[in-house]
Amino acid sequence: MSERTPLARARGLGAAHGGTHHWWIQRATSIVMVPLVLWFAFSLAALGPADYATASAWMAHPVNAVLALVLIAAMFHHLHLGLEVIIEDYIHSRWIKFATLILQKFATVIFGFGAAFAVLKIALS
Amino acid sequence: MTQRARPLSPHLQVYRFQWPMLLSITHRFTGVGLAGGAIVLVWWLIALAIGPEYFAYTQALLGSWVGRLLLLGWTWATFYHLCNGIRHLCWDGGWGFELPTARATGLLVAVMSVVLTLAAWLIAYAVRGG
Repeated sequence: MSERTPLARARGLGAAHGGTHHWWIQRATSIVMVPLVLWFAFSLAALGPADYATASAWMAHPVNAVLALVLIAAMFHHLHLGLEVIIEDYIHSRWIKFATLILQKFATVIFGFGAAFAVLKIALS
Repeated sequence: MTQRARPLSPHLQVYRFQWPMLLSITHRFTGVGLAGGAIVLVWWLIALAIGPEYFAYTQALLGSWVGRLLLLGWTWATFYHLCNGIRHLCWDGGWGFELPTARATGLLVAVMSVVLTLAAWLIAYAVRGG
């Protein structure tokens, strides 16, 4: 027998008030990344120790630039969600946990925007 | 409110070691390692955006033996997390929970992570020309 009120059950958000959103977005980002990571990893391998002209020409190609931007968005969203779960699992002090979660969020946003900006600059210059 | 001593779940060490345990925690370790690798990726992209001189310096650092060793580690971590991630997605879909299947897919993940790593590095060295 469920202890939950009918309204709570209808909303389906549970104790964290977020429902399955966190879980679902982590899966969605991982599904898009399966082909994108294979493409990116083998592209980088094929570039190898490329010089500036070769590497920037590859990155500036519209198809590569767009796919890289999508990969960056999915990757940083995914690693943000993953690190969040790990912090919640292992850090028990309330304030340290809070500070770490916020710092992680800020750092992920900064690095994610940095990566996207770099790709755009290469592609548009 | 009085705190009562409540039953705790047994500590990890009481369980007999089984390979799936190692595969499971390795997914987390590689995940954290790859988050660090993402920072290097940002650095590489920004180096490319800055210009030829700084990019050449970055490529030289990444091409040193320490750099290559780290890149080898990140390559394997990428493919391990990718393959085991697909295994997790199958579980999320309700497939592969039977013990023999779970053991077989675990072995497959371990083998594929090494195969893909070798493939990527063979390509890299083939392009480099020796």
